[in-house]
Amino acid sequence: MIRELIIYPGVDKSGFRERFTYIKLKAGETVSIVGPTGSGKTALITDIELLAQEDTYTKRRITINGQVPSDEIRYNPAMKPIVMITQNTKCFADLTTEEFLRIHARARKISDHGVIKDTIDLANTFTGEKIKKDTRVTVLSGGQTRSLLIADAILIGAAPIILLDEIENAGIFKQEVVRLIHNAGKMVIFVTHDPVIALLTKTRIIMENGAVKNILYQNEPEIRAARNLLELDRKIGNVREELRAGKAITFDFLSVNFA
Amino acid sequence: MKLVVIAGPPSAGKTTLTRQIVKRFKDEMIIAFLKIDVVKAYEDIELKKEFGILTKKIYSGDLCPDHAGVMVLGDAVEWAEENGADLLIVESAGLCLRCSPYLNQGLGVIVLSSISGIHAPEKMGAMVSLADIAVITKIDLVSQAEREVMIQKIKEVHTKIILMETNALQGNSLHRLYKLIQDSPEIDGKNLILKGNPPLGTCTICIGRKEIGWRHHFGVVQKLDGPVAEYLYRGE
Repeated sequence: MIRELIIYPGVDKSGFRERFTYIKLKAGETVSIVGPTGSGKTALITDIELLAQEDTYTKRRITINGQVPSDEIRYNPAMKPIVMITQNTKCFADLTTEEFLRIHARARKISDHGVIKDTIDLANTFTGEKIKKDTRVTVLSGGQTRSLLIADAILIGAAPIILLDEIENAGIFKQEVVRLIHNAGKMVIFVTHDPVIALLTKTRIIMENGAVKNILYQNEPEIRAARNLLELDRKIGNVREELRAGKAITFDFLSVNFA
Repeated sequence: MKLVVIAGPPSAGKTTLTRQIVKRFKDEMIIAFLKIDVVKAYEDIELKKEFGILTKKIYSGDLCPDHAGVMVLGDAVEWAEENGADLLIVESAGLCLRCSPYLNQGLGVIVLSSISGIHAPEKMGAMVSLADIAVITKIDLVSQAEREVMIQKIKEVHTKIILMETNALQGNSLHRLYKLIQDSPEIDGKNLILKGNPPLGTCTICIGRKEIGWRHHFGVVQKLDGPVAEYLYRGE
């Protein structure tokens, strides 16, 4: 059982110590990491993913339930309590989707054969163009790849901690993914530039020059701002899907969506 | 003296890994570095310039580079020992992936990139299956799922291998490797032998021969259809 994860400070890009004592994240908590590009957001979740022990260039240290994770937990995928969805929109493995998932299920020691089909089905709820089980992963589009990797993380990775790196960039149905993950009771950490995602999380870590600069907690006006943005985001989504489907925007559409 | 032999395909990150090892140990050990390559190599010059360590390189030219490595390794151990080295790092050419340059002493490290292809571990045979440690590089370029698929593939070739993943440019997560190097026993330079059988039979006698077809060659030959090396062919 994962109760908490603690991040101990490392150094920023200039080699100066980060100015926090520790950051404690609890099971079920949602966190976003924000800041300009190059500010160290991905490095921070990579530290969490690798369960860094001062052996990454940021020199941070991570504990789980107050303990230094064992080698087995750090290096054996079957024991790893963390899944990470990176920004990659490409797979290099020359395997079909089914083979890829099957080997990954083996790595994570999952014996349920139904999981392969379930994963592909779930991925297909996030993406427009459907993925088939015998499609090679090398030819999947960027959005299909990320959809597959997200579904894989949820069902095959099936870990209590989920790290998502800029999920909004994939052209996938973001709200679906966010809702699904929110309902799973997991610790979820988003690296994001998306205001909706950032405002929906309880804790916000602000990055600058490779270091944690500040930590903020969701307040009342932010909850309201998030609600308004969600509505706006849904409208943008509706327009996007119309355009993607090759349709033109009509007065009817306008009056329904922007009345 | 400790010994680390680093092998792996071109562009896997062997030299980048070497650079991290040198950076880690340069203040506490005298390090000697041998690069074996075929036509051109700059690693020795770069490492010498950057860290001021002892370096040497050998071009194998027409000879199979792993065979050249076997030929010169005895001299290299003597050279490193004469110069008081505490650690000798040997980097293979990383071309033909048929041989394994690992020895019965010291550490054998295979370096594989995350993007080198999912079947690479199986195809490379002894270079993977006789290594002590596999270092997977460039992990920042692929998804976590794909990294784990790669690890699984390597484990299925070599169940006991010690696996580590890194972004060698930044030197992430290499502490275990450093610990293994620190803990590895001193070698006995007089009793070094290869761990695996090198398929060298064809190389030495084929030097300079441009003709194709087994009739033009001597020694152990192979026909397209038929068993390998069942007989010695001595020409007409």
